[in-house]
Amino acid sequence: MITNTFIPLAYLLSTFLFIIALRSLSKPETARRGMQLAAFGMVVAVVATLFNAKIVSYEEILIGVVIGSILGYPLGMWVPMTAMPQRIAFSHAFGALAATLVGVGEYYIGLKAGTLASGQVTALGLEVLLGSLTVTGSFMAFSKLQGILPGRPLIFPFQNTLNLLFLAAAVACLIWIVMVPTAAPVFATMIGISLLIGILFVIRIGGADMPVVISLLNSYAGLAAVATGFAINNNILIIVGALDGASGMILSIAMSKAMNRSFTNVIFGGFGAVSAASDASSVAASGEMSVISVEDAALRLAYAARVIIVPGYGLAVSQAQHQARELADLIEKRGGDVKFAIHPVAGRMPGHMNVLLAEANVPYDKLIDMEDINEHFSETDVVVVIGANDVVNPAALTNPASPIYGMPVLKVSDAKSIIVLKRGQGKGFSGVENDLFVNPKTSMLYGDARQSLIDLNIQIKNV
Amino acid sequence: MSAITAIQLFVFLLAGFVGFQTISRIPPLLHTPLMAATNAISGISLVASLVLAGGHHGTFATVLGTIAVACATTNIVGGFLITDRMLAMFRKTENTKNTAGSK
Repeated sequence: MITNTFIPLAYLLSTFLFIIALRSLSKPETARRGMQLAAFGMVVAVVATLFNAKIVSYEEILIGVVIGSILGYPLGMWVPMTAMPQRIAFSHAFGALAATLVGVGEYYIGLKAGTLASGQVTALGLEVLLGSLTVTGSFMAFSKLQGILPGRPLIFPFQNTLNLLFLAAAVACLIWIVMVPTAAPVFATMIGISLLIGILFVIRIGGADMPVVISLLNSYAGLAAVATGFAINNNILIIVGALDGASGMILSIAMSKAMNRSFTNVIFGGFGAVSAASDASSVAASGEMSVISVEDAALRLAYAARVIIVPGYGLAVSQAQHQARELADLIEKRGGDVKFAIHPVAGRMPGHMNVLLAEANVPYDKLIDMEDINEHFSETDVVVVIGANDVVNPAALTNPASPIYGMPVLKVSDAKSIIVLKRGQGKGFSGVENDLFVNPKTSMLYGDARQSLIDLNIQIKNV
Repeated sequence: MSAITAIQLFVFLLAGFVGFQTISRIPPLLHTPLMAATNAISGISLVASLVLAGGHHGTFATVLGTIAVACATTNIVGGFLITDRMLAMFRKTENTKNTAGSK
């Protein structure tokens, strides 16, 4: 009797702490403390649940918790920050797997006891449908990001038609089991189809679109948790699932906006396949690129008063975050002011670049979001673009024929001079020519980003 | 539709609004920690897994429940650890040198 009120009250406290934690994430100063409160909330909820009268033995629970802790520790402490996108995709798969298995288990119990009703089966069906497609979708995303599978979109004829047919089939199965709750083979078929949908939808999405996919899967995992809450009549699952779903939704909208793509375009588009439009834009980017030597670049940076560094994914690939921070330190030591301009899709997941630079000891007040820094380029002496391409392409603002036209970009060309560190003369991820590189204000410094930065730093020290 | 389902729908609606309001305020600076954090918190599905694993509803349900407990615990342990590790990296400029420009 006591547990009947005690458990919900414990859940209420946990829910409160979770929401406080999310609120504290709005500022870096409060974020860490907030998340520690959330961890405490989690302990409260789990301990309270152990008093649930339905739990009659603890051996299995202990086994599960021990295995989970052994797996969780390395995933928390050893995974490098560069691998964060695949790490997150991996845990989406785990979360969704837990939800799916609970859904199957609850269905099985209800089937045996003969208590399945349409309402509960609606929730359970949605839970396993969303859960299982998130499991395979997340594993696909993980494999692509980890390089186990090629990052290119895999496209074959009638793919979209096929995907939509499968989706329709899964929904038909769902409706069927709502009508006939005891139709276990249909329930199993629905799981099979959903697993397949997860694979098929992610297989055609390219590496550059992964931030949207990861966010979207985050949202689905949340909604699967909501359905679990409905199925077993548990409010904390509904609330946390809704928070998770909202978070994933907001992030995928933010990412889509940053790439100037609609949801449907990301899911059905296959950006890597676009080639017709880029012919038009390659004509626009004509002119000479001027090359700069390391010595000249170092001189220019050493005497600059205001410098903005624009890091792109090329920086993370060559592990040059620490060298970029050293460059900033050297310029600041000479009295210059340095900031980092962060485009929302600079990394491989929302906010990824910020974490990589924070890890390299760049203070977060120097990491400025695109919207806040764009007006400051005009008063900047030198912009250093490191391994970024599409996110600084002025064609997005000026050339309606360009495939990236309309995408919000960093207005680098407003600055007084620009130095671009680039591996070679290749194109960006989207395969689009970049007008910035032929701008008279731009000087190109070719080479591996990390090596170029090391050379630059040595030269600046000698100035 | 039962009265309980109706209440659940209200809870879902309100939680969704709270989620949109709260998460919209989180700056892009912290979007990766946010994702890791929601991942950790969504490990709350452990409470459902615990009831399934410890409920003795036959071997099949117990095995599913135990795997689910392991998965959810992995996300909780790994999620909170990695979020804390990340948030510990975010530091402000140490010296109080006045940095002109944007906030």
